[in-house]
Order: sequence, then C-alpha cells, then structure tokens
Amino acid sequence: MPEFRVENRIHDKAEAMPRSELNALQLHRLKEVVARVAEVPFYKAAFARDGITPDAIRTLDDIRRLPFTTKEDLRQNYPLGLLAVPREKLARIHGSSGTTGKLTLVAYTAEDRATWANLCARFLVGGGLQPSHLAHVAFGYGLFTGGFGLHYGIERVGAAVLPAASGNTARQIMLLQDLAPDAIICTPSYALNIADYARRQGIDPRAFALKYGHFGGEMWTEDMRTQIESELNIIAFNNYGLSEVIGPGVSGECAVQNGMHVQEDHFIVECLDPVTMEPVDDYTYGELVFTTLTKQAMPLIRYRTRDIAALDPCPCACGRTTVRMSRVKGRSDDMLIIRGVNLFPSQIEEALLQVEGTTPHYLIEVSRPGTLDEITVKVEVSQESFSDKMSDMQRLHDAIDRRIQAITGIHARVELVAPQTIERSAGKALRVIDHRKLTG
Amino acid sequence: MAEYWHDAGCAFHPASAPDYLPLEQLRMLQLHRLQAMVSRAYENVPLFRSRMEERGLKPEHLQSLSDIAKLPFTVKTDLRDTYPFGLFASPMSEVVRVHASSGTTGKPIVVAYTKEDLDVWASVMIRCFAASGLDRGDIIQNAYGYGLFTGGLGAHYGAEALGATVIPISGGNTDRQLMIMKDFGVTAICCTPSYFVHLIDRAPQLGINLKELPLRVGVFGAEPWTEQMRQRVQEESRIEAYDIYGLSEIIGPGVGNECWAHSGLHIFEDHFYPEVVDINTLEPVPDGAEGELVLTTLSKKAMPMIRYRTRDITTLVPEQCKCGRTIRRISRIGRRSDDMFIIRGVNVYPSQIEAGILAVEGTLPHYIIILTGEMGLDEVEVQVEVTPEFFSDKVGAMEQLQKRIGQAIERIINIRVKVRLVEPHTIQRSEGKAKRVIDQRKK
Amino acid sequence: MKIHQLSMFLENKPGRLSEPCKALADAGINILTLSLADTQQFGILRLIVRDWEQAKQVLEKAGSVVNVTEVVATEVEDRPGGLASILEIIDAAGINIEYMYAFTFRSEDRAVLVFRFDDPDAAVKVLQAKSINVIGPVELYGRAKA
Repeated sequence: MPEFRVENRIHDKAEAMPRSELNALQLHRLKEVVARVAEVPFYKAAFARDGITPDAIRTLDDIRRLPFTTKEDLRQNYPLGLLAVPREKLARIHGSSGTTGKLTLVAYTAEDRATWANLCARFLVGGGLQPSHLAHVAFGYGLFTGGFGLHYGIERVGAAVLPAASGNTARQIMLLQDLAPDAIICTPSYALNIADYARRQGIDPRAFALKYGHFGGEMWTEDMRTQIESELNIIAFNNYGLSEVIGPGVSGECAVQNGMHVQEDHFIVECLDPVTMEPVDDYTYGELVFTTLTKQAMPLIRYRTRDIAALDPCPCACGRTTVRMSRVKGRSDDMLIIRGVNLFPSQIEEALLQVEGTTPHYLIEVSRPGTLDEITVKVEVSQESFSDKMSDMQRLHDAIDRRIQAITGIHARVELVAPQTIERSAGKALRVIDHRKLTG
Repeated sequence: MAEYWHDAGCAFHPASAPDYLPLEQLRMLQLHRLQAMVSRAYENVPLFRSRMEERGLKPEHLQSLSDIAKLPFTVKTDLRDTYPFGLFASPMSEVVRVHASSGTTGKPIVVAYTKEDLDVWASVMIRCFAASGLDRGDIIQNAYGYGLFTGGLGAHYGAEALGATVIPISGGNTDRQLMIMKDFGVTAICCTPSYFVHLIDRAPQLGINLKELPLRVGVFGAEPWTEQMRQRVQEESRIEAYDIYGLSEIIGPGVGNECWAHSGLHIFEDHFYPEVVDINTLEPVPDGAEGELVLTTLSKKAMPMIRYRTRDITTLVPEQCKCGRTIRRISRIGRRSDDMFIIRGVNVYPSQIEAGILAVEGTLPHYIIILTGEMGLDEVEVQVEVTPEFFSDKVGAMEQLQKRIGQAIERIINIRVKVRLVEPHTIQRSEGKAKRVIDQRKK
Repeated sequence: MKIHQLSMFLENKPGRLSEPCKALADAGINILTLSLADTQQFGILRLIVRDWEQAKQVLEKAGSVVNVTEVVATEVEDRPGGLASILEIIDAAGINIEYMYAFTFRSEDRAVLVFRFDDPDAAVKVLQAKSINVIGPVELYGRAKA
C-alpha cells in the first residue's frame, strides 16, 4: 500500500448540491440546451421528425423523448455541421478518430474551455492535487483531448504543470527523478511502462517523489490499479471522458475511490440497454448515454458512447451528491483503444482502400507484450499489388503504413502476408484479434 | 493616429499598443522594470548575487539603462550547472509551468513560469500574431510540437489569447496536417520553415493545391532561415511568411516578430531588453554592426535572465521601422554562433549555403551539408534535391545545374564545395527543426 | 531473346520456400535457377523454369500470387571483371537495372547473368551491338538439358 494519503477535498460546491437542487438545475439547463440545439439543422430536422418542440421538456424524464446522437451523425456532419454557435466564436478544435478516415471533430468556445478546465480541476482536487504541487502530464498533446483537458485542469487549480507529453520514456524517468513531481497523469498502461522501464535501468520507481496519479484514456482493471499503486508507490485514481462529450472530466474518482462521480450539473447520464435502448436498473451494466447541459459550441443530445458501465446513485462518503459510474468494462461496438487512441477496424479498411492494389483482406492483431499496446495489421498481397521488384513491395508496405497513420494517428506494424492466408468466414469477418486482457 | 497602419491594410490590434510607446516612456519603463528585476534576481538567485558581488555591484547601482553593461553575462552552461531549480527566483508554490529544452547531451535546461509570466508570454505572442496580420476569427493550425518544447504551448496560448480558433495539431503526420488544413479552411499555420517546405512538397501528392486554400499567413520560427527561403515559400504557397523569434531561456517564442514591412524582427523590448555585443570582446557594438544578441528579461518572475548570450548573430537596426512601431528591430537571424562550422579555417554558416542553393532555378530547399576529411583538409559535400523536371532531363543539364549551384555557393563563402544532386524526397524530412549539417570529420 | 521469369510473394517464415518448390517437384517441373530477395518480413522468389506457363498454373493452384516478367540473360566468363565489363556497357547506355542475379551451369566456365531492365528491348540491342552473347530461351533450356 502506498504511504501517501489523500484527504477528502471538494473543489466546487456544485459537486455536493442537495439532490433536489441538482435536479432542478439539470431540468433548467436541459430546457436551455434543447432550445439552443433546436436551431442546429441536424437537431432541427430530428426534432421535426419526432414532433418535438422545445417546450416538450417538462420533467427530467422527458429526456427520453429526445432523439439519440451517434458518432455516425458527427461523421456525416463533418467537419463542423453540429455547431450551435457562429464559427468565429470557436476557440479550439479537437478531434478523435471516427469510424472512417475523417476525424470526428469537436469544438469549444472560450466558455466551454473554461468549463472543461473546471471539470478537470474538480476530480484532480478530489484526487489529491494542491496548488503547491507539480504535476507531470505524460499524455500526448495535440488533436486528441487527453493531454489538454488535464493540463488546463491543473492550471485551474493553480498547481504547476510539467507538460512532458508522451514518449521518450528514458527522459520521462529523468524528469521524474530530477524535478520530483508530486503527480503523474497518463494512461494506466503508460504508467506501468514507466515503472517497468525504470526497473530495467536499475532505478527504483517507488523512490520517485510521486504521491498519486490520475489515469484514463483507456480501459483498465482493478488488478492494474493494484499493480500501479504498488510499483510506483502512489495512489491511482481513475477518470473518464470522451472528446465528443467534452474530453476528460466527464467523471472522475474522489478520495473514496469507489466509482467515478459523473459531473451531473454539466451532463445528464443515462444507462441503457444497447439493444432495446430502454433504461437498465441501477448497478446493472448498460451503454452510457450523455446529454451535455452547458456546452456552447457543440452541445450533444443523448450521445451514445458505446461504453458499457453501470451507475450507482447511492450518496458517496466524500459528500458529493452526484451519481457514480463504474469502470468501463466493454464496448457495444468494435472500437479498440490503442495507447489511449480510438481505433475502428473500418478505418484500417478505408486506409487499405486508398492504397492502390491492396485487397480488403486484413487482420488486426492487438497485443500488449510488455506494458504498451502494439498493433499489427496483416494485409494480403494480391495479383495487382504483387511485383517482382523489392522496391515496389517496400513502397506498397510504406504506403499502407503511412495511410494507416494518416487516418488513425496510430503507428501500426504492417505485415504483408501471402494470398488466401487470412481466414474468410461466411458471416461477420473476423477482423480483430485482441490478445490483451482488459476486463475482469 | 497615424495613417500607415491602414495603408498597409493591417488593422491595429489593441494588444500591440506597447509596440508604439513613445521612446522616452519606453526607456523609463525599461529602466524601472530592469531595476525591479535585478533586485529580485539579486535577492533570490545565488548565482546572480555572487556574480554581482564579485564585481562590487548592487541593484541600486543601476541608475540608467546604459548601466546594464555593468551586469555580468549569463550563458547556457549556467543553466546546466544550476540544474534543475538553481535559477528559480520564485518558490515552487508560485510556479505554474515548467518547460525543458532538449539538451543534445545529458541534462536538459529547465525553465519555469509563474502565472504572471504566462500572462506576459501570451501577451507577447498576441503581439506576434497581430504583427503577422492575424486576429480573432482566424483559424490557426499550430504544428509546433507540444510538450516540453516551448514552441507548441507558447504559440497555443498566444493564439488562444488572441481569440483565434486554435487547432492544436502538434508536429508530425503530414498527411493529416494537410487534410485538416483543407477541410477547415485554416487561415494561418505555425511551424518551422523547413516543415512548411515539406508540406508544400507533399500537398500535390494528395491532390491539394496550397495556393487555392484560404491559408494566407505562416508564422515560422525555431530555426534560422533565409530571405531566399521566404521568397520560395511565398511563391509556392501564396501565403505571407513571417519570421518569429524566441528562445526558452528567455520565454519561448514571442521575443520578437516581423511586421508587414518584413525588414527585421521587432523585439518586444518592454519585456526583453536587447543588446548586440562583439562575439570576441563582448563589448556592445554600434547599432547596425553585427554581433551576438544578448537579452535581459525585464518582467520575468520565476526565472529572470540577466544579459543572456543567445548565440544568435544579428544587428540592431538603427532606423525606425516604416510600420510605425517604436520598439527596435533586429535583422533576420540567419545564423547562430554555434551552428557555424569551420572549413579550412573559414567560418561558414548553413544559411549561407542555403542562400547559394536557392539562388539557382530548379533546386528544392531540401539540402544537407556533409563534412568529411581530416581537420585542415576538410571536404564539404552539399546534397541538394532537385525538381523532378530536372531529374528526368539529360545528363548534360544535370551537370550544368550542379555547376551553377557550386558557383553560387562559392561566390558566397569563397570555398569550393562538392555538389551532389539527389532525387526529390531522398533527404530525410524533419518534423521539427531541420538537421542541416553532418560532421563526419575525424577530430 | 527475352526469358520469362516467374516471381512470387513469400512470407518470411519457416517452410514457406519449400512449399512452392514441392508443388513444382510434384508436377515434375525442374527449376533452372532461382533467386530470393528478402526483408525481415517477406521475400520475393524469382524462378526460371522451362515450362513457365504450366508452372504458373501449378503455383497459382497452390495459392500463390505469380507474376511473369521478361528478363534478359547474357553470359560472361566466370572470372574477375566479367560482370563489370557488362555493367559498363549498360551504364554507358543509361539503361536502368532493376535487379540481377547470376548462376553457372555445371561443367562450364561461363556464368549466366539474369537482368531485369526497365527497358529490356533497348538493353538487348545495346548488348548485342557490343557482341555480348544474349541467351534466348531455346539456348538456355537447351544448355540446361546438356
């Protein structure tokens, strides 16, 4: 067990509002957001189709009358068809992988950005962050929301940020030793990778000054938490978010570490049966669906996350009144998360289609040989793509490699394999073999 | 208000107001800030204190701006020797950001910022963007690497403070950069000039014509580049290319920037006091004479820097700029005293070779300089990519081109170099700062 | 004067080379020469056989992707400098060699060079003009029999 203790702290009074006040606030904000999106052509059409007028919302339960929004809807409205504000009001654009080569883009006004920072500040403070601390952010910065949300959250608390970004593990370890940060922020698998790398260099990762860490961006297990806590001698907190909803900050653990508090003054969460789309009981696994209550640039109504988790409405010992969600234990679609980045098999397919002469026969193998995910894409060579010249084959290989990286943002190991070696199946083709053990 | 801003088709940005301070007030402000900063540094940083004591100097001895010359210099190794926190003038509780530069070997250089420092940084970055003709409503693609390097986050916070839409795409993944640039109607890009050349190169292969995109401004920095490179880039992409200057030790990007006149970079001297000194004697040189740029931070809290030797070679431009800004300019930094290499006893800078290459039609701004041989018998080989049209041509034309490049370089550096033409896309592209010189000489 | 060469894709895994060889052996097809270019991951097997059309069918039936390319065979004395003299001729004519390999027949002191040119017809002309013996298919298979 780690030697450090985290005191129970609440950053923002709104986190511990009496339930009745919270529900009233939610209803008020829900009416507002429905009125706002009614002007967005996509929702305007959907509302017209379902006969919904802005006054359709009288109680919180009326949310169930509203249409869903899916990732496919975002894709079809690429790049920014779901904007609810004029383009000039945008302060930031982020993206996440879509099911195809086009990214799913999300946008923020200056106000959204401030809201987002505050949401991250809440769970960071709940999990130990204090203004005098130095926090080492080892998430990638860039188009994906991971690094930025946490970075701005730390800044909001008034603590110091060390924006180490991802990669170059040797350097990360040097910074952990020399600058002695109090907190580390990254994906759980990268935390284990750092510990592992340090040990192999003869450095004791338990001797870093780290006290606690905030981990998210991918699915992980209680076993991994125990491992991270013992290997780095820290307390490990879980947080959750997705860029379509806002990024990290949708929910996060408190000092009690028993489920992630959904920030209900900003999001309404529903847990639904992914087939019938009917609500499931509390403590029962279902697909999480979020409605953003305060987002200005790109509010989303009933966004289907495809993440499978359960909700716990019981009051928490920390004093927060918000509902808690369990770890995400799976997906209701075929999305993979590779080193914190979303990947859909259809993206690989699209990449291959863009490279002349490749067949649509491919297989994605995901593994975690050490602590980091690795992905191999096997592609069959065809009559059209085969050449007797080595340089042509190398070019083909490189073209596939580059295309996959352009579309997914992930570097995959591309392997050309002989024709007819990838198994065909009569029904749904087996496109993915995931050797990782992520649930349990 | 004077008319020239409007003449240039540039709106005046309110954040740029300090650029136009009457000189008398500017000098008073500088002196006032210098005195306060030196007192802080003297009180809180043992290295600065002991260096001043060695010279019998006390903060109150600074009575005029010219007294700055009495202060000791600070050099890069001072940052290494005091690694990691030795030059911090603020307690960790006031520090809100830590960056680190990549030292080529060993320990990095660590720099720190308080909240006020970040505000100053964002404010000078707004002034850079405003001088580059950008404003709220612009969509800025920030392709500088994010992370410990100050380029990415520096430009990011500046663009954000400007009120523009920021796309924090970071470095790398060229195809995605171009896809986003096209799909979003990006109006400005921030990156290294060499990376932008790489984008120019790659665009046609993706069926993208940069000249037809809304992209109109590039803010390029983090490595020396030449006027010839600007001409090429502007011709091939129909954007206006601005040079930005900065270094982590001082604040990061945002120390200076070109205005529409493109005749030198204005230094935001209300925060960074510039001097130019002779690289050997370290005595200040007259305005207009070449020397090493030395900068003193006037307002930095977490890590003030006194007379920091930048290694960048430039001049202080004596005349006032036609844009109307009163803050002084330095001439474009084509070289650094530490990228200089010595060939058969002659000092040569990569930028001189670049100027020679780009003076010749048919070349691409992708080149690498390889030094071989033993000391004293140095050989220089310059590998240059040439356009595909040239490559498909007859051998004779290639030899002609090779000769012309050789002569153009020789005219500039007075040394004969071996030129080798290589196919397009064969020289390794960098996604950040380009590596131009490979020294294989036996030492 | 050009020779038909079969080439096929092979994964770089144990046993992958023996499969096509066995398929050809089972069909009674004799391999005149072969060359293998490989990377860590995959290789390209290039074969010259007499009944190339039949061999192609056999290999395709066994599940391989097979390409047919035209290559040029010449001979040189099997001694130092033999190859260099031919390369000089080709270089001087500005013809590009995509790749090449060489083999010798039993009990002969001459090596056969197999070239893949970007322009095989031009190459044949140049070589013949310089009195280099370009070996056609009839001669090549004939010699193999001897």
